[in-house]
Amino acid sequence: MSGFTTLFYKEILRFWKVAFQTIGAPVVTSMLYLLIFSHALEAHVRVYGAISYTAFLIPGLVMMSILQNAFANSSSSLTQSKVTGSIVFVLLPPISYQAFYLAYVLAALMRGLCVGIGVLLATLWFAVPPFAEPLWIVIFAVLGGTILATLGVIAGIWADKFDQLATFQNFLIMPLTFLSGVFYSIHSLPPFWQQVSNWNPVFYMIDGFRYGFFGMSDVSPWQSLGVVGLCCALLAALTLEMLRRGYKLRT
Amino acid sequence: MSPAIRIQQVVKRFGAVSALAGVDLDVAQGEFFGLLGPNGAGKTTLISALAGLVRVDSGSLAVMGCDVVADYRNARRQLGVVPQELVFDPFFSVRETLKIQCGYFGIHAGRKRDAWIDEILENLDLTSKADANMRTLSGGMKRRVLVAQALVHRPPVIVLDEPTAGVDVELRQTLWQFIRRLNREGHTIVLTTHYLEEAESLCTRIAMLQAGRVVALDSTANLLRRFSTHAVRIKLAPGAALSAALVERAQDKDGVWSFDFDHFTEIKPLLAELRNSGCELADIEIGKPDLENVFVRVMHGQARGTA
Repeated sequence: MSGFTTLFYKEILRFWKVAFQTIGAPVVTSMLYLLIFSHALEAHVRVYGAISYTAFLIPGLVMMSILQNAFANSSSSLTQSKVTGSIVFVLLPPISYQAFYLAYVLAALMRGLCVGIGVLLATLWFAVPPFAEPLWIVIFAVLGGTILATLGVIAGIWADKFDQLATFQNFLIMPLTFLSGVFYSIHSLPPFWQQVSNWNPVFYMIDGFRYGFFGMSDVSPWQSLGVVGLCCALLAALTLEMLRRGYKLRT
Repeated sequence: MSPAIRIQQVVKRFGAVSALAGVDLDVAQGEFFGLLGPNGAGKTTLISALAGLVRVDSGSLAVMGCDVVADYRNARRQLGVVPQELVFDPFFSVRETLKIQCGYFGIHAGRKRDAWIDEILENLDLTSKADANMRTLSGGMKRRVLVAQALVHRPPVIVLDEPTAGVDVELRQTLWQFIRRLNREGHTIVLTTHYLEEAESLCTRIAMLQAGRVVALDSTANLLRRFSTHAVRIKLAPGAALSAALVERAQDKDGVWSFDFDHFTEIKPLLAELRNSGCELADIEIGKPDLENVFVRVMHGQARGTA
């Protein structure tokens, strides 16, 4: 095996060995969201005219799970390795910074997708959303997961301890995902908050992903693809430059 | 033949602190080399720079002729480092840890890899713990795994950064037996330790670092010859006293008088002088030169200009 495949395999094994906690727990959390919100709002809210609130909510929850878990995987793995010092095992071998980046991001994306598929399968008991444009579903799941996995690498490298990582998670990732239209269509918001949402890249990830299910969305999927693709490229370039310079890893 | 390690004019600062202030050092292939110095002297920084964990401000470092920056991939393949800190990945068993480490170095799965892992485990007395999770191991056992991890890719140059700090006698003996064998088989070994008797018995050449500079560099035998002394320590019987001439040459420490000699042959006249003065002794001890003595002298500036 090459350095890249081993690091990728090791990262997969790391979350798979504790799958109950890394996959099972987030699936249960998403189910609780679905139960509570659909119970409270099903009778009151219709979206895009004909779609039931439960069906509307499912893609949002799936995408939110993908994003949060992709971020959690790369960030916690890196921070933990740094805090315990075991990061040295990855820094001593002849692994290039590109391979390092790809291994952490792809493994984190895999965890995000595992949780996302888990949530989707579990929610099918409640409502089956139409899978109108499956290719868009895959594209936005992969791009969104990659962006958050990359943000996880940045956070993991930057944070020296777990409370710094929690700050990144609570004050950046959580607001971005919760205020992105997971639980509502932004057309239901007052104009000011619609404008604010337009500056949130996570909104485009969820909106594009939702388009894949319903063939309907708040903005055009091509516009969402442009925003999400650009974010992905910029963040990847930033992270690769951090790794090339050895920022906080090679002092 | 390129040296195993070549360090040229290496400077590294951390803010206002100069961790390495222009280090020049060559370690020949096949040497058992000791890197000594007090805490904060720059030993770990130097090793980290060699391993690519620290980026130096100026100067160059090469392992087996491969520059650690320009040709980092080959340099890292040539080098096995046992870090000072007791670190481990809590998710894996000992064998999994070693297999993963093999993979990082591009070693493919197969009988050859597994046989080498088994051999390392056997030589470090780890066979019975091969399938135990890293978390369940004692400190000494974890230290053994760190050594094993540094050896998986059969590096020609092995650097051990205080590998016996806080470990029991049994591990030390097992470890040194194995490392000596690797050295006989042609591996270059670089060792940092605070146990000077270990360095004295193992290393053929020694560099002493102080405040980021090499302050002494010579073969162990030469260092002992140049900077250490034979010492005769005597304790007088109750009521006995040394003659004024002898008191002038001795140092008194808690009732034990100590005489230093550069050469063993100078001891005999002292003993004759003591006998002739009629001085009655309660105890006598003749100390051999040791590295600790050299270390203390060098660190107290008695060896300035020897680097």
